Amino acid sequence: MTALTVAGLTLREAFRRRVVWALLVLTVALLALSGWGFSKLIGLDTELGTMTSGEARLVASVLLNLIMFGFSLIAAIGTAFLAGPTLAGEVESGQALAVLARPVRRSAVLLGKWLGLVAFGSGYVVLAGLAQILVVRAAVGYWPPAPAGGLALLAAQTVVLLTLALLLSSVVSPMASGIIAVGLFGATWVAGVVGGIGGALGNEGVERVGTVSRVVLPTDGLWRGAMNAFQDPIALVQMGPGEAGFPFLSDGPLTVAYLAWAAVWIAVVWGLTAMSFSRRDI
Amino acid sequence: MTSDTAAARPAAGELTGLPPSAAVWCSGLHKRYGRRTAVDDVSFSVARGEVLGLLGPNGAGKTSVIKMLLGLVRPDAGEVLLLGRRVTDPRSRSAVGYLPELFRYQPWLTAAEVLDLHVRLARVPVGASERRECLALVGLGDRAGDRVGGFSKGMQQRLGLAVALVARPELVVLDEPTSALDPLGRVDVRDIVLSLRSRGVAVLLNSHLIGEVERVCDRVVILDRGRVAASGTLAELLGQREVRLRLGGLDGRAEDRLRAAGSLTRTGDWFTVALPAEDDGVTVPDLVRDLVGLGVRVHAVEPVRISLEERLLGILRHDEPEVSAR
Repeated sequence: MTALTVAGLTLREAFRRRVVWALLVLTVALLALSGWGFSKLIGLDTELGTMTSGEARLVASVLLNLIMFGFSLIAAIGTAFLAGPTLAGEVESGQALAVLARPVRRSAVLLGKWLGLVAFGSGYVVLAGLAQILVVRAAVGYWPPAPAGGLALLAAQTVVLLTLALLLSSVVSPMASGIIAVGLFGATWVAGVVGGIGGALGNEGVERVGTVSRVVLPTDGLWRGAMNAFQDPIALVQMGPGEAGFPFLSDGPLTVAYLAWAAVWIAVVWGLTAMSFSRRDI
Repeated sequence: MTSDTAAARPAAGELTGLPPSAAVWCSGLHKRYGRRTAVDDVSFSVARGEVLGLLGPNGAGKTSVIKMLLGLVRPDAGEVLLLGRRVTDPRSRSAVGYLPELFRYQPWLTAAEVLDLHVRLARVPVGASERRECLALVGLGDRAGDRVGGFSKGMQQRLGLAVALVARPELVVLDEPTSALDPLGRVDVRDIVLSLRSRGVAVLLNSHLIGEVERVCDRVVILDRGRVAASGTLAELLGQREVRLRLGGLDGRAEDRLRAAGSLTRTGDWFTVALPAEDDGVTVPDLVRDLVGLGVRVHAVEPVRISLEERLLGILRHDEPEVSAR
């Protein structure tokens, strides 16, 4: 009951503070630009002549993943900077005093905040991503192999990052929590690219950088799973073995073990946040 | 705080002698922030329907004590019962209204929506008309639909008061409730506190405005440097009277006689003697008789009633011995 009330309040804050409208404008602009770009793909002349349908699907896969990355970046930054003020900001401003003096458990308030942010972040990536897939279909006729799974993984990536941002905001200032969360998100993505290059070059040490970073923070791992669901299955074959480290194509789908790890990771970080928040002096 | 099971054992014995339904009962509260001790062995209680004033200088630990009572700050030691329940149980706050010193409410909500939120969090079925009445009571009846972000500080404090009152509380904790209010607002708060008392609602009032406390409080707890420096009913705290005497021809023996009657201060010919609380009415006549007997010329004898402000300043400047009337 408390959790649902607080979740509703969190969503209402996102609407009232015009976060939703800002994202909507940004997303519509991105969708329009990508639609225009994709429509130019048809009949595109290259040095080698008009693209084959296979080449067009490869380019569509890469571009779709690139734009999806843009959406996931917007969702990541948006939720990280929403999650920060949620706990630390409300404690700092004194807004939390009157709420937490009510007959509520702090873990229920935290759950409410988390659910609200999950609904907001996941809702955004799923709706924006779906709109993008429809735009691509209308422009070039490309339909990804597993759109639902891909969007779910994008949403999971957002959930991982906002859970981390909540943990950080329970121990450091709101601004610092947003910056650290987004910084770690970016660092993990770069580590994943470095690992991919290491794999392409056959260097196990460098490849391990990506593997370890994907375990420590599962955002990049989930993102790679999402890319795999969006890209054309034969895209990688077409790219050729020399391009295996390309950051906007994924080598393979996620394993069940990795998905389980991501769920455990979210649960552990959430538990740590609840413990830290319930012990904190307000 | 110690664990629930460990805390339950000593509490059970101590609680048996207490009224079962004290609005607030706290014992041995202790809190350190780093190396600084903010609250040191604070114990007091607030009975149902009683208005207790918490007084003390800045940094005395008043707000820390209030936050510990409400479970917002974890005490390093000590126990708190709110309305008969341990404060670690959120249900202890079911019938508690709180206006924090740092009052701030969701600026993107309207005043009516803030009250709706708190009614939902308190899980009390308060109807729309009762909520509107609550806003009207604090003077915000015509601003119910306005966003809190556009409110002045005084209006936000009035809203905070409405939030504290809306969920039919049995205990209201007001931390500096008039800090942002104009004189009219202060009178409103005084009337609200008196009306709460008349309805049997307990009030814990922390205020720097001593006159405000003196007018509405049944009992006062004075905190200084984290400790209870004095506590008691107003009658007990202010019961100590003084007598001013204008004297001539005073020698050492006469001064000794004055000191024997009570704590002595001198300004020119005027001597002020603080009379003991247990004075039975014979101290002053006996003193005058003895002074005359010692050859002192007594020009004037004036009784002086001490104000709460003077009493507070006396305690905080450590001119007076610690008093614990209750």
